[in-house]
Formats: sequence, C-alpha cells, structure tokens
Amino acid sequence: MSEKVLMKGNEALAEAAIMAGCRHYFGYPITPQTEVAAYLAKRMPQIGGTFLQAESEIAAINMVIGVASAGKRVMTSSSSPGISLKSEGLSYLAGCDLPALVINVQRGGPGLGGIQPSQSDYFHATRGAGHGDFHMLVLAPSSVQEMASLVFKGFDLADKYRMTTMILADGTIGQMMEPVSLDMGEVREYDKPWAVTGTRGERKHNIVNSLSLLPEELEQWNIKRYERYAQIEKTETMYESFMADDADIVVVAFGVAARVARNAILAAREKGIKAGLIRPITLWPFPKAALKEAAKHAKAFVSVELSMGQMIEDVELAIRCSRPVLLCSRVGGMIPTPEEVLAKIEEADKTGGAE
Amino acid sequence: MTTNILISGFGGQGVLFTGKFLAYEGLLENKEVTWLPSYGPEMRGGTCNCSVIISDTPIGSPLAPYPDVLIAMNLPSLDKFENDIVPGGMVFYDSSLIERGVARTDIRAFPIPATKMANDAGFATLANMIVMGKMLKETNMFPAETIDKTLAKVVSARKQNLLELNKTAIRLGYEL
Amino acid sequence: MIVFDRPHALADVKLHYCPGCTHGIVHRLVAQAIDELGIEGRTVGIAPVGCSVFAYNYFNCDMVEAAHGRAPAVATGVKRANPDNIVFTYQGDGDLAAIGTAETVHSAARGENITVIFVNNAIYGMTGGQMAPTTLPGQVTQTSPYGRKVESVGYPVRVCELLSNVTGAAYLERVAVNNVKNVRAAAAAIKKAFRYQMEGKGFSLIEVLSTCPTNWGLTPDKALAWLEENMIPYYPLGVYKDKFAEEGKQA
Repeated sequence: MSEKVLMKGNEALAEAAIMAGCRHYFGYPITPQTEVAAYLAKRMPQIGGTFLQAESEIAAINMVIGVASAGKRVMTSSSSPGISLKSEGLSYLAGCDLPALVINVQRGGPGLGGIQPSQSDYFHATRGAGHGDFHMLVLAPSSVQEMASLVFKGFDLADKYRMTTMILADGTIGQMMEPVSLDMGEVREYDKPWAVTGTRGERKHNIVNSLSLLPEELEQWNIKRYERYAQIEKTETMYESFMADDADIVVVAFGVAARVARNAILAAREKGIKAGLIRPITLWPFPKAALKEAAKHAKAFVSVELSMGQMIEDVELAIRCSRPVLLCSRVGGMIPTPEEVLAKIEEADKTGGAE
Repeated sequence: MTTNILISGFGGQGVLFTGKFLAYEGLLENKEVTWLPSYGPEMRGGTCNCSVIISDTPIGSPLAPYPDVLIAMNLPSLDKFENDIVPGGMVFYDSSLIERGVARTDIRAFPIPATKMANDAGFATLANMIVMGKMLKETNMFPAETIDKTLAKVVSARKQNLLELNKTAIRLGYEL
Repeated sequence: MIVFDRPHALADVKLHYCPGCTHGIVHRLVAQAIDELGIEGRTVGIAPVGCSVFAYNYFNCDMVEAAHGRAPAVATGVKRANPDNIVFTYQGDGDLAAIGTAETVHSAARGENITVIFVNNAIYGMTGGQMAPTTLPGQVTQTSPYGRKVESVGYPVRVCELLSNVTGAAYLERVAVNNVKNVRAAAAAIKKAFRYQMEGKGFSLIEVLSTCPTNWGLTPDKALAWLEENMIPYYPLGVYKDKFAEEGKQA
C-alpha cells in the first residue's frame, strides 16, 4: 500500500481523476470547489491533458459531452449554482447514454445562497437533475479518502453503465485535509464502439443523439434505460453500517453529516441508548433494502441533513413509513453539532418518534 | 485519546500552516488526523482559523467547536473562542499582540510574547512557530525528536531556505 | 458517363427539407468539400437544433446531435479529445446567433481549430417562422406580425462583422446560395474553411445566406429573388477576415 499523504478533499479527487485516466477537464470558477480547477490547471499540462476554463458552466458541460462522445474519460466540477446551469447538459448526457463524471461541491441555496457547506442539492441530484426521465449515479463521499476512491470508482461505473456519475460532496469534505492513500488499483478499460472518432471508412457512421420524433421509439429508449437502472439498483448500491445491527434508533446521514452523527452515536451509546448509523454512499441507488431491514429492529429513524429535509423522503419511502422518521437539520451553511444530533436521538428514544 | 485544537489569527500569520504542521505530526505518528480551515471570500488580512483533530480512534466530525487547545494569534481570536475551550483546556496566545489576560480560571493560559521574540530573532513572520513550540512542549503531544522530521515534510520544496529558521523558532518556544 | 453524382459524404437518404429550401444545397457543398479533401473517415460533424437537426442522418461521417446553441462547445470537446479529427458544426441563425452566441464568440476567441457552417435564413424555421436574431428590420414573422420594429426589439446581428473583431478567428466569409455564381463561391469558401482546419490554422466560420420559402410565404424562385434584393444589401457578401490571406497569395 502506498504511503498516506495529507491532502485536501478537492485536490485528492482531482488527483484520483488523473489516476482514473481522465485527461480532459472543463470548468468555470466558483467557490468552494475552485481547488479542483486550480489543481488540474497545474497537473493536466504536465501529463499532456486538457484543462480548459470555459466561458460558462453551460459551455463546460457541453465540452464534456464532446469528449464523452469521442469515447474518452472527462469531468467537470462546480458548486450548486453552477450545477443548475449544467442541468441541460446532464439531461443530454443521459439522453445520449454518455459516460461522464460531474462533481458538485455543494453550498447553501437557493439562488446565489452562500458559500458554506450544504446538502440541499440532494433532490436535484437524485430526482431532478434536468428534464426527462433519467437517473445519475450519485456518490456521496464522507472523507478525503472517499473523495479519491469514489472518483476512481465513479469513472468506472460511468463507463460500465454509460451514465453520468455525480460526486455529491460538500464544502467541508472539499476543504478539509486528511491522510489519504492514492493506491487506487488498475483502471479497467471499456470498449466504446459507439464513440465518434471518425469512421476511417471502415464502418457505418456513429451518431450520438437523444432525439426521436417517433413516440414508440422514444418510449423504448426510456424503457431500455430503466432496465439498466433496475440492474444498477440491484448490484451497485453502497452504504456503510456503524453500530446499526442492533440499533433501536437508526440515524441516516451522508457526507459531513454522517461524521457529525458518528460522534452523536458514540455519545448516545455511552448514555445507554442503542443508536446506530446507516450511511448511504450511493444516494442513487439509495440503500432501500438496508433501511427496510433495519426497520425490523429499529423503533425510529433520524435523518440528519444539511437541508430542510430532502433525503428524509427517501428514508420514509424505503421503510414504507413503517417507523417514525425524525429530521435533524441545519441549513444555509450551518452544520448540526453532535449535541443537536444526540438530542434528536434522545427524543426519538423517549417518544419512539411519536408526536 | 482525542485532542481538538483550534488555531486562529489574521490571514498571513501562518494559522493554516501551523495547523498543517500539527496534522502532519499526527500522520507521521500514525494517529488519525483531520484539518479543516474556515473559508470565505478570497481576501487578505481577514481573520482565519483552522481546526485540527488528532486522535487514536477514527474521527467523526472534523469541526472542533469546543477545543482542548486554542492557539490565539490576535485579540479577536481570543475574544471569540476563549469561552469555547473545554474546562481543563489550554490557551496559548501571542501576548505581544494581545494586551489583556485570560479571564477564565478553569483553563491553563500561556502568554507568549511571540511577535516580539520573532522580531528580536530577525524572523518577524514566524511568531506562530514560537507559539507552537511552547504548545508542543506543554501538551507533550509528540516526541520532541519528531519535530524536525515533520518540518522537513511540511515546508515546501521552494521554501527549504526557511527550514532552519522554522526549526529555530520552534526551539525558541519549546525552551521558553 | 456520369458527370454529376451525389458526394460520398452525403448519405443516400431522402432529406426532410421543404421544397425550395436551400439547406440541401449547403449540405451538398459540405459533403463535396469533405469528399474533395478526402477526410470523410476522420470527420465528425455536430448537428444543431433547428431545421437541420436531422443533419446527423444526412452526412456519412460520425455525427453528434448537440443541444440548442451548444454545437461549438461540443465541437471543442470532440476536437480536444482527438485533435486528428476534422470537426465541423452546422448551425442555423437562432442556434448560432441567439441562444448560442456565447459559445460562438468564445470558440472563435479561443481560436478553436474547428469549422462552423452558419446557415442564415433570417427566421426560425423548424418552430414555424418566428423572428430570428438575423430577421431584417420590418420583416414580418409569426412573432413580429407587424414587421420587426427595431425601436423595441433592436437590430439584426451581423455575425461575420461581429466576429471580425475577435482576434482568435482565422477565417470568416459570407456567401449565398441564390444563384450558380454564388453557389460556386460558397463551395470554394467551405472547402477553404475545412482546409484551414486541416492545416491547423484555427477557427473558421462560413455564413451562408439561405432561403426559407415556407416561412417567408414565397415560392422558391421568389424567395431567391427576395434574398438577393433584401438580405444581400443588409448582409454584404465577402471575406470578413482571413489571417492567412497574404500567405495564400504567395503560395
């Protein structure tokens, strides 16, 4: 195993992208993800890659579409307001079945919002990244190590399923430094016979396209895509379970919220409350089965989020509302304290979540 | 054992670098570490701080709202964070820039005339390292002999000429 | 003996364009240039949103269908991924000069080594004849039913003139396809734009003045006359920029 180094989350993810074979990056400056662009502006020219600062977020995501169409690994990064602008492109990526990696280092919203950490783009990432029926693979790193390893894995999943992988990070994980091992293993290569690289006079022309004016045909495209999604839900769901096996109170949290929750769970256990954590690593597909299983022994759930309560809907759906789900949330760039999470765990324990 | 450290001061006082040094010390001693800066609109001269957590067990939250150790490099930092220190905790502060004493009696306070000492020694910008030297000694967090090794790692390649000065500054604080 | 045949780069399919529409001519000129330069196997085209959206079915080279206005950004990605590819966009006036203005100007400013074919027919065709950024003053369209009033909606955008001030642009020429002489000039310009890309000379754009008989409400022959009488005076033909003109003369 390679030596651990101390790196910022944003830099670790940029380096992992290079290790995954990404040689094309397009972006536009926005806090708090600018380190990604700054790092790659320095690194890409050293390795013969392309770093290009686009005229807009919209142009950047369309340049991503261009490289993805040509069959090469490509990424862009931004923060919440910039991701809104990229939404059109995210829909086209899905409609064209193109693989790409998009980073959202979230900040508080709506509108210009603030620049401090947030998780309030959960709905956007898992539900409404753009017009039309589609999903992205959504990965939520909770440490600097995961900023690197999920980027590496994200590129692989994107190629494997011809989908966009979104890394849904937050300003805290992006800005913090932790020891990280950049031992990522081998890059798996995928055949891309659909890519537009020139026919060389040897094959019929390839067309990368999302348009069909025939409803019967367009319906089939959508159905085929959702068959693939169903497969992914079966095989690619990832989560971490911490003291959840026997838990009466199951906390569900991702990203920085999960780290805060971990402190609270240890404090709750010291007080004799059997609390545990289920941390979704994939937000889509959401770890429904794990939560449904936990509902067999848990008397209540607590969803900890840096939003007004978005993931809580997925928790309730996953357990079919069979148990109460309490919300512990701070927004606008605020982060819940372990004490606040503990208080919510205690409330859930006392009342069983009954209002 | 987990130690929460908060380092605060003006931009340019080496606040983030001090935190980075401590985080690297932890890494080289095989501890779990996190380093988290405050971040804001890009500007010079504003206040900034960073949280460093060093632990024997995996670290949950990287925030240190209630530090065991506070390093305050200016008055606004002491004003803002003095009351957050856990009872029994420690504060190290630059008494050349902070004229008041520490009001709390349930924490141990270490005034260090760091800016004056740094000026006298001819390296005005290294007051932070003097304060940190004192802090390393009083907390006894790391073996003294590891300090030079960590420093060599943290000081960037193009600033290696500052390595010896940094060592001297830490020693000044350590031997205080 | 066959002296006039379909270029190989033009697919042997039925085009969906209205009778008298000049898109067919422009398609042919692009395909002919690709044939003559022998680059079909390494060319990638980017289709727009608008009447020529199905261009991806009409060229035998690899094609990408871009979002409205984004073709130059997509082309930038394709070209940067494989600089050996010859990359062109085919865009209409709404696509290029309204919703895609930023992509147009900035791909030119970067000197992106791509070829842009800009078909200007002064109207949005596919959506049924709305006012375009290039609709002439006084011209009646579905969304300017009393004629384009410059006092309230401003003046048409002259793309070649605009880009001629952009340092990164290498070659800009406005042509028309309303008569044989102009078609021949258009063919030469389009071929030259592709050749410049092959030679690594940077961004080129050929603006082709075209007709839209259906939405102009004119017969094809009257539409050609209308282009001659109204469009050419407002959009003068000619070379607006050629960074390498002197070099060309010496060669």
